[in-house]
Amino acid sequence: MVKVFMPQSLKEALRIRKEEKAIPFAGGTDLMVKRGRLRGLAPYFEKPVLFLHKVKELTGVKFEEGRVRIGALSTLSEILENRDIPLILKYAIAEIASPAIRNLATIGGNICNASPAGDTLPPLYVMNARVVLSSFTSEREMKIMDFIKGPGSTDLKEEELLKEIIIPVEFFNIVFYRKVGTRKANSLSKVSFAGVARLDDGIIKDIRISFGAVAPTPLRAPEIEEEIIGKNKVKIIAKIPDILEKYARIIRPIDDQRSTARYRKTISLKILEYFLKEEIK
Amino acid sequence: MKIRFVLNHKKVEIDVDPLKRLLDVVREDFDLKGVKERCGEGECGACAVLVNGKLMNSCLIPVAQVDGKEVLTIEGYKNTKKYKIIEEAFLEAGAVQCGFCTPGMVMAIEALLSQNPSPEESDVREALSGNLCRCTGYNMIVDAVLLAALKGKGLW
Ligand SMILES: Cc1cc2nc3c(=O)[nH]c(=O)nc-3n(C[C@H](O)[C@H](O)[C@H](O)COP(=O)(O)OP(=O)(O)OC[C@H]3O[C@@H](n4cnc5c(N)ncnc54)[C@H](O)[C@@H]3O)c2cc1C
Ligand code: FES
Ligand code: FES
Repeated sequence: MVKVFMPQSLKEALRIRKEEKAIPFAGGTDLMVKRGRLRGLAPYFEKPVLFLHKVKELTGVKFEEGRVRIGALSTLSEILENRDIPLILKYAIAEIASPAIRNLATIGGNICNASPAGDTLPPLYVMNARVVLSSFTSEREMKIMDFIKGPGSTDLKEEELLKEIIIPVEFFNIVFYRKVGTRKANSLSKVSFAGVARLDDGIIKDIRISFGAVAPTPLRAPEIEEEIIGKNKVKIIAKIPDILEKYARIIRPIDDQRSTARYRKTISLKILEYFLKEEIK
Repeated sequence: MKIRFVLNHKKVEIDVDPLKRLLDVVREDFDLKGVKERCGEGECGACAVLVNGKLMNSCLIPVAQVDGKEVLTIEGYKNTKKYKIIEEAFLEAGAVQCGFCTPGMVMAIEALLSQNPSPEESDVREALSGNLCRCTGYNMIVDAVLLAALKGKGLW
């Protein structure tokens, strides 16, 4: 039987993480499924397990100086109930799994799992979220886009824990989220889309677009967004085929048990077209 | 590892593999067989219990996670007035066929009504979205919840 730790403080958790190279355990909704065995058997872990649920410093949502700070152990339900959380993130979370899973699953787990279909990621990408990574001796902060490296792979070091997520609060008057799954509850995304924009007097002052499940990591293309920013919304209508073409070149989905590459590509471009035509107005 | 928690209003302590699933602990160590296992992966809700009043799938919870918390299973709920109301509503609406999903459904309904005593149909469907039923086609269960909310006015 592996060693199991249940620390009460962050300092203690980070020491265990460093000394034991233990596997962080948050809500366990990914780990219990991945590590599950036959009926009736406890899940299998080859390394010590570090339970994080008693670490107070990792919980709670704070709003300060124009930024929302979300403790990595905040559950998806807690985030959904908090009024300071940006809408785009709430829209996405409301469509994750089921109420019972959202009561367990944490945002930190969703991020560290780094699934191409992780539904909190596209909203966090468009909000320019940053992650704070702590180790026993130091702390660093980076853009979430740089933290997520590939399917199941992040920049997390062996002695680190994800401590919190920081989201700058910005104003958008268009907030649009779409998830395409097999059924409404408990199904993973075939495609997801997060789009926000700020329109002022017909001018697109800001626009940000991110797709989930269509590439190894969530997709965001600031260079295409730049070309749209500052333009009049009427002018953009005429340029839609051109914009779609640009995204078509970088959307590279795969075939898997949930969907086909062709379906994913067609649908994601359709949603983008809808967003540009019907929402930006 | 010694794990202490409150199970169906009673303090319990158990020396157990902390990674053992809460589902197996309540069924095997405490003989509470109303908590069912179907998928074992968080998708069906047959194993649903309340932890500190919140609905959770016990097949996804290592027992260490409930240390110091309160766990309520159908066995701890079935002697309440609220349960009686739900039971009657289920009978009236024909919401039970094989009954395998029923304990989990009832826990999900308690979780809903304790938050929202007069739900709309859409609230009910959302609240039960993680509970699968292979028999009834759901409409009867939704009817039963709306009926229970009506009959149990003031209780929740
Ligand atoms: C039935 C079902 C439906 C689901 N539906 C969806 C869905 O629609 N959309 C979706 O995106 N996901 C879905 N999921 C997946 C899962 O629920 C989420 O990814 C969840 O947010 C994971 O969080 P957790 O706390 O449970 O993670 P855990 O399982 O505890 O951890 C996941 C990974 O992250 C690591 N980790 C966790 N916290 C930290 C930390 N603070 N620091 C460092 N590493 C950490 C763990 O070591 C592990 O590798 C579903 C899962 C189930 C079982
Ligand atoms: S057995 Fe736990 S959700 Fe299906
Ligand atoms: S009554 Fe048979 S599964 Fe619901």
